[in-house]
Amino acid sequence: MADPVIRIEGLHKSYETSAGLFPALKEVSLDIAAGEFVAIMGPSGSGKSTFMNLLGCLDRPSAGRYVLDGRDVADLGKDELALLRNRTIGFVFQGFNLLPRMSLLDNVALPLIYRGMAREERQRRARGQLDKVGLKDYAASMPNKISGGQQQRVAIARALVNHPRLILADEPTGNLDSRTGEEIMALFDELNRDGITIVLVTHEADIAQHARRQVQFLDGRIVGDEATAHHDPITGSAGILPACGQDARVP
Amino acid sequence: MIFAMLGEAWRAMGANRLRTLLTMLGMVIGVGAVVLMMSIGQGAQYAIKQTIMAMGSNLFILRSGHTMSGGVRSGSGSAHTLTVSDADAIAELPGVEAVAPIHPGSAQIMYGPNNWNTAIIGTTPSYFDARSWPITSGSAFTDSDVRSATRVALIGKAAAQNLFGDENPIGKTIRIQQSPFVILGLLAGKGQSMDGRDEDDTLIIPLTTAQRQVFGTQFPGSVRMVMVKAASQEIMPAVEKSMTELLRQRHRIREGMENDFFLRNLTAMADSAEESTRVMSLLLGAIASVSLLVGGIGIMNIMLVSVTERTREIGIRMAIGARERDILLQFLLEAIIISLGGCFIGLLLGIGGALLVNALTGMTVIISASSAVVAFGVAAAVGIFFGFYPARKAAQLDPIEALRYQ
Repeated sequence: MADPVIRIEGLHKSYETSAGLFPALKEVSLDIAAGEFVAIMGPSGSGKSTFMNLLGCLDRPSAGRYVLDGRDVADLGKDELALLRNRTIGFVFQGFNLLPRMSLLDNVALPLIYRGMAREERQRRARGQLDKVGLKDYAASMPNKISGGQQQRVAIARALVNHPRLILADEPTGNLDSRTGEEIMALFDELNRDGITIVLVTHEADIAQHARRQVQFLDGRIVGDEATAHHDPITGSAGILPACGQDARVP
Repeated sequence: MIFAMLGEAWRAMGANRLRTLLTMLGMVIGVGAVVLMMSIGQGAQYAIKQTIMAMGSNLFILRSGHTMSGGVRSGSGSAHTLTVSDADAIAELPGVEAVAPIHPGSAQIMYGPNNWNTAIIGTTPSYFDARSWPITSGSAFTDSDVRSATRVALIGKAAAQNLFGDENPIGKTIRIQQSPFVILGLLAGKGQSMDGRDEDDTLIIPLTTAQRQVFGTQFPGSVRMVMVKAASQEIMPAVEKSMTELLRQRHRIREGMENDFFLRNLTAMADSAEESTRVMSLLLGAIASVSLLVGGIGIMNIMLVSVTERTREIGIRMAIGARERDILLQFLLEAIIISLGGCFIGLLLGIGGALLVNALTGMTVIISASSAVVAFGVAAAVGIFFGFYPARKAAQLDPIEALRYQ
């Protein structure tokens, strides 16, 4: 296996709460190789959101090592973390999180502004990404004029515009009906085929079927990590989740 | 990058047009008030300066002392201690440019059926130099007129207007107490003196003529007043000192004895008048600046609201790679655009207001580039100062918290 995009060793994260220190993540270790498609699963409160925030460099671990793309995140300053979020990582959120007052084209081009790119180049690249997600004709539209599925496509285009190595998707289909959700997942499948590493948080088993590897979280620990048995999103969903639960192993 | 940021700031402001305009209004009023007050204050200063210059610059007034008889002290000038030869001696002092002995008074003057009571000044030709008083037409009388006490006169603009109407006074003969006087020249308009008297309502005749033929005096060699002009303002203290020494010596006043004359520096009085207007205009500016401060606080208030409202947006921007300084710059730019925009409108309104004041009341107003520059600079500083705190607050938001914000 090639050098991992993500290498995590003994990751801890605790939060100060009124009831004392709350450990959200305990001793988490995980490697994700380039080109993988990983689904992170688990009930709410299991620590998967905290884990995603750490993966996305939005937060720093309390203890442990996180090496992203060969760089130890602990060594990096705030500006360097921002640079990682800008270039190496693309975020896709459950609530799409487009900026409401901007056209779709400007939304997609926004990460390029923080890169300091010239306007013509920004627009050219943003247009290219909109084309890729099938929304070429909507460049001048405003986010509230299009459907949820289309908004999520724009969000994906925005995540892709800086050609990141890693896409982090947090319940990307959570606000969509199942048919639209499948369309979005088909887009992720395609991106993964192009070689982009994808880490996806979901609690829907049939969405997780798109991933080639499923990681289970429970109470701040990884309790399961295995390849998806049936990599077929249409027919292979039945019976996978119980099997997964039975084979769950504590690392 | 900065252009992209400017575009975004513009869009954010456009999304809340009314609010942006109301926020700007605080700056508009502040800057407008400062510009208006400063132009009125500077106008007042200018008007005072004009009055002072009309009086003549670098002037001393020398009056003879007072008499005392049986404990009753008469006012200054009642004694006859100053003489024409004192004046001649003063003229020899270094730094003295012109010396004019003066015998003032007033009398009824007549021309044909018209008569008019006016101030009469008996003096020498150097009076016109001392007071920097130009002659519009005709000419001044000469030293030989003074020596031979001829009956000639120069007439002020207002007196001429009252006596002659539209007629040309030059060469005409008027009467003062039955004596005929020939008008040699017409003086230029000088306006009001510092005490509000119309300086143009006056008739100027040779000193000797005034003393011997018009007012009469028991002491022909003495004068009640001498006007002395120094060559420059800087040497006035030195001139004052040497003049005092000279007069004490000439009058044989022993050490420790009081002067028998009064010496007054007119420029110093004028300076204090100017100083008080300057303080007043400064005060006006200070009061107006308070509204500028209030405008700044208004900007801070709205920017804080805006940061709270856009918390989620800030989170999104951070997630896609905005650095702290990008967020800081974005909000700071908004504050600066609002304050500069308000400043520009306020500047126009302030100038318009000053012109309106001028048109309605005739008050002198001066719109100086420096006050505009100061107002602009202050507004930009206010924008940065009051915009910085909200912008920093935005930049230091925790991205996770911000993304979760509803």
